[in-house]
Amino acid sequence: MSEQTAQIFVDTDVDIRFRAKWYTGRVLIYGALISWAIVSLFPIYWTVTTSFKLAPDVMQGSLIPWVDFQPRWRGWRSLGLSPATIFETSTVRDEFLKRFMNSVIISLSASTLAVMLGSLAAYGLSRFSYRFGFMKNKDISFFFLSQLILPPVALALPFLVLYKELDLLDSRIGIILLYTLMVLPLVIWIMRDQFRAIPVELEEAALVDGLSIWGAFVQIVMPIALPGMVAAFIIALVLSWNEYFFAALLTSTDAKTLPVMVASQTGSQGINWWSMAALSGAAIAPLVIIGIVLERYIIKGMAAGAGK
Amino acid sequence: MAGPGQSEGDQLHTVVSDYMSPRRILAGRALLWFAAAVLFVTAVIQALYTWDRIAFGFENWRPVLYAFIFWGTALCVAQVLVRGEQGKRVLFVLPAVLFVVSMVVFPILFGLYISFTDWNLASPTGPKFNGLDNFRQMSGDPFYWNALKNMVYYVLAVSVEYAIAFGLALLLNAQVRARKFFRVAFLLPLMLSPVAVSWMVGKSMLEVRFGPLANLARFLGWENPSFFSSPEIARLSIMVMDAWTFIPFMMVMILAGLQALPKEVLEAAKIDGAKPWQGFWQVTFPLMLPVSITAIVIRIIFKLKLADIIINVTSGGPGGATDSVTSFIFREYRDRSNVGYGTLLAMIYLVLIIIFVTSLLKVASRWTRQFNQEGAG
Repeated sequence: MSEQTAQIFVDTDVDIRFRAKWYTGRVLIYGALISWAIVSLFPIYWTVTTSFKLAPDVMQGSLIPWVDFQPRWRGWRSLGLSPATIFETSTVRDEFLKRFMNSVIISLSASTLAVMLGSLAAYGLSRFSYRFGFMKNKDISFFFLSQLILPPVALALPFLVLYKELDLLDSRIGIILLYTLMVLPLVIWIMRDQFRAIPVELEEAALVDGLSIWGAFVQIVMPIALPGMVAAFIIALVLSWNEYFFAALLTSTDAKTLPVMVASQTGSQGINWWSMAALSGAAIAPLVIIGIVLERYIIKGMAAGAGK
Repeated sequence: MAGPGQSEGDQLHTVVSDYMSPRRILAGRALLWFAAAVLFVTAVIQALYTWDRIAFGFENWRPVLYAFIFWGTALCVAQVLVRGEQGKRVLFVLPAVLFVVSMVVFPILFGLYISFTDWNLASPTGPKFNGLDNFRQMSGDPFYWNALKNMVYYVLAVSVEYAIAFGLALLLNAQVRARKFFRVAFLLPLMLSPVAVSWMVGKSMLEVRFGPLANLARFLGWENPSFFSSPEIARLSIMVMDAWTFIPFMMVMILAGLQALPKEVLEAAKIDGAKPWQGFWQVTFPLMLPVSITAIVIRIIFKLKLADIIINVTSGGPGGATDSVTSFIFREYRDRSNVGYGTLLAMIYLVLIIIFVTSLLKVASRWTRQFNQEGAG
């Protein structure tokens, strides 16, 4: 505070009180922010560190690597993913990678399909008037969005029987179709908002220039709506990557996804903490990375609903 | 199924010479009828074969599915062939409509049929129509009613989640450094699969002997922490875990709403001498009402599907205290393969949800309208 003596203007009491209040406010705000950040991040931190622990470390409730306990590759070795075992054959790793690939293929295809179907429908609904029987645009939109309230459990058992008859049980295609259905309303909701924000004049100009409506859609509208489509895609991806209920009922050996594998390990007696932690860590890693890198798009997608 | 589109109401007007040659129209119609005939014949053959009326048929119903896809494609192509420019517009919406109708309406109708049968997948006999027996079983099933009661608690928990989410959104909306870091950190729980959360939080952090949260509870003076043995605490633990994953969702929606608020109004309130607390209740909160309602309604809709965490952490225990309807039906099927009864329960739940959400939307829209009128008057 040596500067203050040199100052010409001296802070009055009111100023100081104001500043003190401001500082308390700051401290409270940052305190709240940091505590919630801990609440949000600690389970992830715990999972990652536990995957490097041995049994005694777990029992003692050690928290900080290198200080409380010496990190080991034990958990990752049991998955066949530690540096020592990465080049050896490992049945556990093969199993894990198979589930992982299933999850990747299923969630990517379902999201792609949903974004394609959903964007087209949302564009059509935002630009043209339809009448399917008694249903007009508003009703068609409502029909799509109302699928959101459909609880998975109401579909699961009929699908179980239907898929059995169609020989789609335990197949990736079957799950992809269901996940597409599950995320489609959200995609349509997000994309409807995106297309509404694009001025119709752009397409009108394109039509005057001789493009067809589909040409205008592909060449003019899609590039503008691309960020929105990415947002819808990411949200669809997150939902279908994490989906458990349908996968647990409708897959058994071939098409089993990662969440089902994690769940089946959890249920088994005498859980190996380190390997469960490694497995959970590996299962959430892709989405944590997506969350960090593509946070902008996720927020954009979810915010689309808030605007209305 | 696609009637003539109205061009008057279109946002985007198109002026295209739309001459359709008769041969083109004929080709379109022929294609559609051919595809319909293929679908019909395959379905009939397969049906007769399944009921043992004829000796030849397919191994399963898959060919009928292919025929259906072929019919759907033909329907789309025929739209363009027969109706030209108008058909091209229909083509935007038609695939999604066909997809949803075939994936929802058909299974739901099929589900209605199943729910009136006695059908155990484990037993060799197929479905047996048993009228209202499932209803009778349901009305005497304490676990189902208990699960419904739990759903009420779970839905009520949304109000607390909303309050926390609003608080966090206000924090993130304030002038703070490292805002991006906090935003990402707050968002991450939403990205995690409920199954992984079940293990990470439910099974390991809440582990009674050496889970960190149990240690924390002991440190805070709870002598024998157990998170899943008494009904109330078990339910609360499930609520907390579910809230942990879904608070970011509401937070982001509210944050988006906050950032879209007109700055002038907030400034004006400040100049008028409103204290921050007053300003919040009298200006920010009312302005945020529509966004809040949207966020809450969507959150409730997601809450009504709650199951994964319950299935994986408590399996509904202790004594059904944590059961949601979905997890209860899941076990009803998995442990007893009871498709008929389980489907009935699911259908009843669907009806209840539809009634509940529709009235919720009605009330919410009336509420907002009333509020807006008051604000204007």
